[in-house]
Amino acid sequence: MSSLNKNTLIKSLLFYLPVSFLFLSVLNEIDFNYLEIEYFSFNIAHIFIFYWTLKSPRYLNYGSIFLAGLVNDVVVGLPIGVSSFCYLLICAVTAYLRNITITPNFINDWISLLFTILLVNSIQVISLDFIFSIEVNYLRYIINSGFTFIFYPIFSFLFNILEKKITTQKND
Amino acid sequence: MASSRDDFVIAIRSAFLKKSYQQKFSLLTLIFLSFIIIILGSFNFKAIQYIKIGINEVIYRSSFIASTPENYFKDLKIKIEEHFNFYDQYKKNEIELKNLKEKKLSNDFLILENNKLRELINETVQSEDIYAKVLVDKDSPYLKSIILNKGSKDNVKIGMAIVDKSYLVGKIIEVNYTNSRALLLSDLNSKIPVLLEPIDIHAVLSGSGKNHGVIEYTKDEYKQKIDGKKIIVYTSGYGGLFKSGLPVGKMYTNNINKENKVNFFSDFRQLDYVKIVSYDIRSGN
Repeated sequence: MSSLNKNTLIKSLLFYLPVSFLFLSVLNEIDFNYLEIEYFSFNIAHIFIFYWTLKSPRYLNYGSIFLAGLVNDVVVGLPIGVSSFCYLLICAVTAYLRNITITPNFINDWISLLFTILLVNSIQVISLDFIFSIEVNYLRYIINSGFTFIFYPIFSFLFNILEKKITTQKND
Repeated sequence: MASSRDDFVIAIRSAFLKKSYQQKFSLLTLIFLSFIIIILGSFNFKAIQYIKIGINEVIYRSSFIASTPENYFKDLKIKIEEHFNFYDQYKKNEIELKNLKEKKLSNDFLILENNKLRELINETVQSEDIYAKVLVDKDSPYLKSIILNKGSKDNVKIGMAIVDKSYLVGKIIEVNYTNSRALLLSDLNSKIPVLLEPIDIHAVLSGSGKNHGVIEYTKDEYKQKIDGKKIIVYTSGYGGLFKSGLPVGKMYTNNINKENKVNFFSDFRQLDYVKIVSYDIRSGN
């Protein structure tokens, strides 16, 4: 009986792991900025949302993504709603990709990520600069998009392992 | 042709409107909701402001807790670096201490003289200090700011100066009930009036989005005055937000693009505790 309870607990913990990780990443702004490598930064939340909403949307619901966006706006100091809008746009692209893709292909996903983050960051820069008159460093956004794109295969590999683990536990 | 357009429309409709497994809201609803929040936020709609203050109160504390592991690694990295530089730093400090002891004597005299002169013209500068802990200092590529654990309940107001030891580091831009956000001098949106000494030139110090500032709006003819001199940047006191004479940093000229950059005295990446200061400058004349 106790082992059954333990098993259920592990299952539900693993099920909520992607959501927990998303909130942790926006609360903590994991970006390794403390390494002080000039211009080095990447957006782990973008990678995270892109991967999980494309591969396994059942582990990451849109309501959580919307809330995570609000949290990110507060932590980073952006006008409220901007990150939520950008995150949901990523979801829109992944939902569209899921609908039109019959056989998933990593390279296609990777190139789609580049298009998505360029679109999302452009919208963010335009809204910050033109609606809210907040001066932004365009070069930093471009470099951030570049590193986010480069790091996708590494995170994709790690998330793939995690996804398999969750699926295995669920089927046990 | 018509069939491919239909497929596209079906895929779009399905992506935006279909509520798949585990989804309580459709994507379109949430996108509309965030769009409305952005629009209302841009008009400073009161309800949005209250929601934001409420979220800030909870999130800043949570972010402080969630950042603990990352902050531990950050501190560890700094400590290791300090250990490696220990001997060199000691030698440098020894020489600097000797020089400072000499300078202190003449400074003490100048302070006394300055106070006497202020009394003569009936000018008083009163300051109110509030000590605050830095809860979150995200070196974000978007915004250089810190979150402090003092808010409106501690009489913190927008525009108050943030001082680390005696060096200016930024100003308060957002106040919540128990916490506040300060914009650092290094942020792209930061602009403060400064005085370049000893050449006595007024200028504007802008943030660069990196760890240094940039001097703007000085006439070309001043550039000759600046060349080859050790220039210290102080606040000029224009605008009435900060008192004059707060040390900000040391100026140097970039040889490639001839840009006048400022190395801040305070290291913004290592702020633990800061002073929130408001100045009341009264003149008898």
